[in-house]
Amino acid sequence: MKASVVALYAGILIAGIVAPLVIPNYTFQVAVLWMMILFALTWDIAGGQMGYNSLGNILFFGAGMYISAVVQISMGYDVSEYTAAFGAIKIDFTDTQYFTGLFLGVAAAAIGGVVCALLLGLAVFGLRGPYFAIGTLGCALAAAELVAGWDYVGGGGGISMPVFPGDPDVRSKFFYYMCFALAIATFAFLKWLYSTRFGLAINAIRDNENKAEAMGVHTKRYKMVAWSIAAFFLGMIGAVFGNMVGFVEPLEVAFPTITFGIFMVAMALLGGKGTLWGPVLGATLFHVVKEVTWTYLLGWQWVALGAIIVINVVYFQQGILGWAADKWPEKFGVTVERDEDPDEGDGQRQAQPREATS
Amino acid sequence: MSALIDVRGVSKSFGGVVANRDVSLSVPDGGITGLIGPNGSGKTTLFNSIVGTHPVDDGSIAFMGQEITTFSVQKIARLGLLRTFQQTHIYGQMNCVQNMLISIPHRRERPATMFTRFPASVYGRADELLEFVGLYSKRKLLAGDLSFGQQKLLEFAMALMNEPRVLLLDEPTAGINPTLINGLIDRLKRANKELGITLFVIEHNMRVIMNLADHIYCLAHGELLAQGAPQDVQNNQLVIDAYLGAH
Repeated sequence: MKASVVALYAGILIAGIVAPLVIPNYTFQVAVLWMMILFALTWDIAGGQMGYNSLGNILFFGAGMYISAVVQISMGYDVSEYTAAFGAIKIDFTDTQYFTGLFLGVAAAAIGGVVCALLLGLAVFGLRGPYFAIGTLGCALAAAELVAGWDYVGGGGGISMPVFPGDPDVRSKFFYYMCFALAIATFAFLKWLYSTRFGLAINAIRDNENKAEAMGVHTKRYKMVAWSIAAFFLGMIGAVFGNMVGFVEPLEVAFPTITFGIFMVAMALLGGKGTLWGPVLGATLFHVVKEVTWTYLLGWQWVALGAIIVINVVYFQQGILGWAADKWPEKFGVTVERDEDPDEGDGQRQAQPREATS
Repeated sequence: MSALIDVRGVSKSFGGVVANRDVSLSVPDGGITGLIGPNGSGKTTLFNSIVGTHPVDDGSIAFMGQEITTFSVQKIARLGLLRTFQQTHIYGQMNCVQNMLISIPHRRERPATMFTRFPASVYGRADELLEFVGLYSKRKLLAGDLSFGQQKLLEFAMALMNEPRVLLLDEPTAGINPTLINGLIDRLKRANKELGITLFVIEHNMRVIMNLADHIYCLAHGELLAQGAPQDVQNNQLVIDAYLGAH
């Protein structure tokens, strides 16, 4: 690895670790930034690398949040009694109970996310193109409504999460580092994943699924696994975010289709879909613009975000990194080797006039 | 030579249009078989029926003695029966080497192997075959940036990478300039001889197919019109009438 790359990784890791110590007032915002990066990275697995534009990935986030809430509360209480009392019952956990519950909750959220992805995948992976996008959007909207009508988990009234044992400062740092660790773990996992034949297989599905089928690629298997990986990480971050906010509710917190659900798509498109770094770059830029306009241009924040999306979609459809790859292809490994034997093949001869005129 | 593909009484219609009516033919192991016919005579439909793109209305198709009429496209491909398309189908946003790597024989892929990297031997084979079709110096280019003719060559190399028993080629020379065609014919023959791949070729270019095939079937209006050695088919009055129109 080149020194500049090592420096970049080290810089990001150090910045992530010291951020809550240097700018403690922004701990929550930076934690959400890591979550946004995770959102964009996981959306890009199916959306960018595999060409399946899902608008329903937020479903796994919400499912993870609710699964974790139920698991954590059932460590000491009956969930239906607790939710029926609407806050009249105060949870009183020991430290061990709390942290065991949190650990089991996050683990269950990851597994639950994968189960949801496999079940839904059986239904929606028969769809392609815009039909897949609308189908998944329908799944996410339906999930929010179903949960809002389900009294066992508190319906539209939501669930108060167990209270963190410790002072607020420790609490915010604790959840910050969980978000940070999950985002880094997701990035590292995907970096490895895209270097295996799995990465090439889902790229092949994106570029030409009919061809991939005709070549015997196990397309269904790859599609299911790709979506499950996204659901695995989204389920975990959902569980963490539910605890970080402290209150779980279906429409605004768990299944926010028109905010987080659309942000994850917009961020990946902005940075450059189908690349590893694009979602990271896009999420960072998007989140910073969002927070800055929220602070200094209150009232115009949605206009600013809308403008970014419009400019992105109209003028830079490939996103920032995609645009850079078009402009400097040789930096991204797209090269013709000119020092080869010119009589090597017939293909060579045919392409030469084109190169000469360019 | 035993029959590798055995098509028995296959019919296929789209709405009221009969694309294939009671077509029976067989592709012998190890040979090069041609399929000709005027435009719209049902050649590509027959290919699609064989590789499982759509269900047939009637009849049966067997590959190496195994009934494959109802199998999915992927399953048939993994048995070693592969097809290339009339319009090129390549993975445009991936470079040539990546196109080759992902074309490995997927019959050997297991859930556990999907997270492994390709061994050096696979990279070596990819380079060898790119060299074979004359695209080695372009191997780092995105496949979508190649010319149409080069994409056809790449698609042919990808098919060879898949190590099929039989390769169905749908107009391999369409859209390729005449100087390249000779090279392609030579490579098709070498793939047949040296790699032992049985070929079944749809072709409009008579010079090419007469040169290439040992046995030719001719379709017209969805029905089998004639068959035999290239010379016999070429001189068959029914075939001439079908192509030029008879009164």
